[in-house]
Amino acid sequence: MKQNDINNLRGKTAVVGLAESGCGIASGWSAMEIMANSVHDALDDAGIKLNEVDGVFAATAFHSMAAMSLSEYLGIKPKFADGSQIGGSSFLSHILTAALALDVGLINVAVVAYGSNQKSIGGFKTISEAMPYEAQYEPRMPVTAYALAAKRYMHEFGASREDLANVAVSARDWALLNPRAYTYDKGPLTVEDVLSARPIVDPLGKLDCCLVTDGGAAVVMTRSDRAKDTKNTPIYLLGAAMEHHHRMVSEMPDLVRTSAIDSSQRAFKMSSYKATDMDTIQLYDAFTINTLLFLEDLGFCKKGEAIELVKNSNIGPSGSLKVNTNGGGLSCVHPGMYGLFVTLEAIRQLRNSAGDNVGERSDGGWIDNAKLSVAHGNGGVLSSQVTNVWGVSETL
Amino acid sequence: MPEKLQGSVGPEQQFKNYLSEGKFMIQRCKSLNKFFFHPRVAFPGTGERDLEWVEASGIGTVHSTTCNRRLPERGGDFNLSLITLDEGPRMMARVEGIEPDKVEIGQKVKARISSLNGELAIIFDIL
Repeated sequence: MKQNDINNLRGKTAVVGLAESGCGIASGWSAMEIMANSVHDALDDAGIKLNEVDGVFAATAFHSMAAMSLSEYLGIKPKFADGSQIGGSSFLSHILTAALALDVGLINVAVVAYGSNQKSIGGFKTISEAMPYEAQYEPRMPVTAYALAAKRYMHEFGASREDLANVAVSARDWALLNPRAYTYDKGPLTVEDVLSARPIVDPLGKLDCCLVTDGGAAVVMTRSDRAKDTKNTPIYLLGAAMEHHHRMVSEMPDLVRTSAIDSSQRAFKMSSYKATDMDTIQLYDAFTINTLLFLEDLGFCKKGEAIELVKNSNIGPSGSLKVNTNGGGLSCVHPGMYGLFVTLEAIRQLRNSAGDNVGERSDGGWIDNAKLSVAHGNGGVLSSQVTNVWGVSETL
Repeated sequence: MPEKLQGSVGPEQQFKNYLSEGKFMIQRCKSLNKFFFHPRVAFPGTGERDLEWVEASGIGTVHSTTCNRRLPERGGDFNLSLITLDEGPRMMARVEGIEPDKVEIGQKVKARISSLNGELAIIFDIL
């Protein structure tokens, strides 16, 4: 069987507009209102009219048919829509699907969107069914699954809770530079703060876990020929790949190795760049263990070596790796599904570097001369892994 | 005529039926001579359908373990672990008869059938 060259997708599409809205606390706003508001803001950012949108991609924990509900709310009739739900990484896979649909000409303008008011209405929101063979033991999902992975990681590689805490401390240091971050004015964290926070599921305490906020986001994508004529710096999708294996943590083949090993390898291959070429690294940090696992699985170091890599604030603003530069899910924003926010940050860093005004940061919050970003999404319980590689025009 | 399913009930119900008979049964693929869990209609990954139920030894090893913190008025802290059965497959369960935060990776455990929230469940004790 002849296989088409997937690298044909490289650089064929670009994000030309983005927005977030209602991040933090948005009392009085519904998930749909926050999501739709993000779409309109992203279209305004792109300078593209709503009636040009013919591709709609969305997933939330509030809508069983999110792409349809969003299209209806916007008042448009898409020619292609996808509401695939693979957890928090859904949007990075939507971006891959949108790129395919744009590239073959099914659609001309795609929006990928998310919205949540979980914090305002009482906390973490899920529409997940109960897992057979697990639910009766009452795991506190998703935290228990990540705690099981963290415990195993500590066992296999001799990591300590302090090693996990280093991740949270650096995430907070980035957030202190970002006025958009929920914890911007909450001061720095120490390792001791993280260790002494209320235990949730051992070994994870409250500060090993992401924020619970409201918030929505959207990106606008189009083909690269059109992207050149939009008002902002287009940021090109150079590579994208996904993989998943399990839905339940008890089915995870190896608790310390995720499908990100494979998704990132294929995404980097499509992009023709390596992990070490990335100027910014945006990883889905729902829990501190995520950052350690994904630094390893994406190839920034060998398995077990992230323990050393995150020491001495090396993934903070003063460090050598620019990881989760918005403050991450741990300290910037986490409205239940965080995938679009790693995407926004990956792209904002590149646009800022190219001269677009994408907001204010304190000194060091924007990465100088950033041309390549990796955005990595995670969904379920270390289940679905999707990697997107983004670059400015000179990286094409 | 619709095609028939193999067996009178599905593997999930069969597993529960065995529990109610006091048996912890897992599936084995005869041609591969490999066990698997959770119960399925075919061997995961390759799809072999020559399956049989075999009583598990009940002996396993703690693969990972957590203490889930819960307010005393809601039942208090409890253990939740992943257990690798001696036959090979891994499953979620609780280890009881020990402080929930004292279970350690690598400990040998033995299964018993117990009641949890009104349903039969596999619970492990330290061996």
